[in-house]
Parts: sequence; structure tokens; C-alpha cells
Amino acid sequence: MIPSDTTLTKDGLQATGKGRILLLACGALAREIIDLKTANGWDHMDLTCLPAIFHIHPKKIPGAVRAAVEKHRDSYDDIFVVYADCGTGGILQSTCAELGVEMVEGPHCYSFFEGNDRFAEISETEFTAFYLTDFLVRQFDAFIWKPMGLDRHPELIDMYFGNYEKLIYQAQIDDQALTEKAQACADRLGLAFERRFTGYGDLESTLAKLRE
Amino acid sequence: MSEEEEDIILSELDDEELVQQMFDDLYDGLKEEIEEGVNILLERGWQPYDVLTKALVGGMTIVGADFRDGILFVPEVLLAANAMKGGMFILKPLLAETGAPRVGKMVIGTVKGDIHDIGKNLVSMMMEGAGFEVVDLGINNPVENYLEALESEEPDILGMSALLTTTMPYMKVVIDTMVEQGIRDDYIVLVGGAPLNEEFGKAIGADAYCRDAAVAVETAKEFVSRKHNQLAG
Repeated sequence: MIPSDTTLTKDGLQATGKGRILLLACGALAREIIDLKTANGWDHMDLTCLPAIFHIHPKKIPGAVRAAVEKHRDSYDDIFVVYADCGTGGILQSTCAELGVEMVEGPHCYSFFEGNDRFAEISETEFTAFYLTDFLVRQFDAFIWKPMGLDRHPELIDMYFGNYEKLIYQAQIDDQALTEKAQACADRLGLAFERRFTGYGDLESTLAKLRE
Repeated sequence: MSEEEEDIILSELDDEELVQQMFDDLYDGLKEEIEEGVNILLERGWQPYDVLTKALVGGMTIVGADFRDGILFVPEVLLAANAMKGGMFILKPLLAETGAPRVGKMVIGTVKGDIHDIGKNLVSMMMEGAGFEVVDLGINNPVENYLEALESEEPDILGMSALLTTTMPYMKVVIDTMVEQGIRDDYIVLVGGAPLNEEFGKAIGADAYCRDAAVAVETAKEFVSRKHNQLAG
């Protein structure tokens, strides 16, 4: 059973202890990874997630990953870290290298959902876009609106988003209600809106390589 | 806000009380009150430079310290910065007229492919508050913009900012080009931005990584003073 988004945001997800490989992931990816596991029958993988709220506190990620790897490494044959760089400025990569574990390639989830190669190409021209994934659309208030103080001070919108032009909703699944919510997020930020279906992008192909 | 606080009339406070109240108002991000306080101090004959350093910079220093200590967060710092900006807007033309002391000059800009400017703007403002002349190149700057500004503005310091892991390597492109052109050592190069760290700053050949606006000001002062001492020696 998948915990609520609020639980994934604050607490993450506990491992079940079943499977040879442990996926150590961001809580914002839990639903997507569970969906992929189920669809592909990847029973050799177990999943544990760190609190998704680290997305807005990236300096906490390397230390939390280190602690989780050290906690779980004796219980699994292998651990795979389902984070990209995620704003750690290369620190997560060096932490993983030191711990001897692999991680997802790329700068962040927006990139690997889009496909890292394609994202690198479009980022040359698309750097005035603000991206949201399915999870971030659902958790817009908890990850963007409230932490940025926009619930209390909407006058700050221009300071934060004045240089952005559009909000791109990277849809992992087709869901009309989520699309409408994403459109509403764009409206609240005063940005143009674009929905782009990415599916799971490089996340699926990366995890598929973790053979039994 | 309590009833007692609502009753405070800034013009009735003596100078010391008013400056203390301006610290509180900056902390609370009250732009109109800051503008009023600045005008009152000027009317009382304060030099613009003293209003800037004693009231505004003094107040923002407290904000900066509490941000670093995790007591204040980004939204509150932005509100405080916006309030200070209101005061600076009044003082800037007066500072130019009255010939306030100039500590040094900085060219600053966010690198190519990056549109984030909150940190850069805070640094610009605090540098101006500390007596630096700041030429702000804005966002999304290719190497050519930096080089042109270095040539035309002849600053002591080049500041580069980036928020993204994907754009921060561009700082090295700028520094490498400066090395190629033989001008790297003519400038103090300071870098900053959320995903950066000291190690990155060293790796790309910057003089220093500055984790926040207050550190940027202190680092800039230290390097400029060192540079002047070297020139004098």
C-alpha cells in the first residue's frame, strides 16, 4: 500500500525487507517506482524513501542517503540510490561514490523524467520554464506555495517568479484532475501553462537495468 | 501587531529609538515604515551614508545573522530586503551627491542559462550598503557580457551567481576565458549560489565561494583591502 503524499513528504517510506536490491529513493518518486515495480514484476527490488520535503532542503540529502545506506547495506545484496544530483552540487555523487553505490544520472527528476539527453538539449532554450511533476502538482502548497511564504505574502510572487515565463507540467500519468490542478498552479504564479506527457522517462530504463 | 505597537509614531522617537525601531521594521519587512524612518533621519540632518550604514545595513545584518542561524527563512529575508530597497531608493541619489566613501567596485551577474537572481540581488544590495559600487548585469549572462563589463567598468571584483547544478559549471567557462586572455589575476572573482560549495569554488579557480550576502560583503572587503595593501607595498 502506498502511503499518503503527506506521509511521503514528511516521513518517507519504510522498506519491507523483501527483495535483493534496495531502491533508496526520494519520497516524491514512491508512487512512480511502485507503479513500475508492479507493472514490470520487479519483485527483486525493495523500496525505501527519504522524506520528499528534502527536495527543498537539498543539503540534507547526502547525509540522509549516507545514513540510510549504512543502515540497510547488510540486509541487501545491493543498494541503488534513486536520486539525481537534486541540487546537491555534486555532493551526493561523491557521497555515493564513497559508499560504493550507484545513483540515477542527471541533474534532477525533471531531467530524467524528460530524458536526460533531451532535457540537456531543451534547457538551452527553455530555462525560463518552471517545472512540476505529478507529485509536485499534488503537493504544490506544501512544496512551493507555503515554503516560499506565498500564502502569507503573495506580493513576493514577482520576486520569485518574475523571470519565469511558463510552467511546464511534466505529466507522468494521464489524469485530467491533475492537469487542471497544474493549470491552476500556473494561474496562481501568473505563468503561461504547458502540459507535457513524459511518462517515467529515464527512470524506467535506469531501473530496468537493475537485473535480478 | 499589538495595540501598543500600532501607536508608535516614528517622528516622536529620538534618534537612537528610531534606529532601533527601524531595525525592528526591517526585520518585519515594513517597507513604508523604513522609507518614513529614512526620511525622518535625513530631515534631522543625518548624512545619507550614516542612515545607510547605521540604520539600514545595521538592520539587515541582524536579518542576515538570523537567516544563517535558521531563525528567519527566505520569505522573511525577501521582505526585509524589499523594505531596505525602499530606503536605498531614497538614499542612492543623495549618496552620489554627497560623495560617500567607496570601498571598491563590483561587476555581478547570474550566469548563462540561469534566470535566478534573488541571491544576486541581495548580494548587490548588501555590497552597495557596505560602500561598494555595483554594476549588476542581471540574469542569463554569456561570457562576453562579463568580459565587456570588466573592460568597460574596470571593477575590483567579478561576482557570479547560479542556482542550478546545470548552470554553475559555466562559471568555469568565464574564469577559463579570463585565464586565456591573461586577465584572470586582474580581478577578485567571487562566486555564490545554493548548489555551490567551497570545494567547487576552488575547483573552478575562483578566489572564494560566498555562502550568503553577508559573507560576500566580508570576503569582498578582505580581498579588496589585501589588494590595496599589495599595490601599496
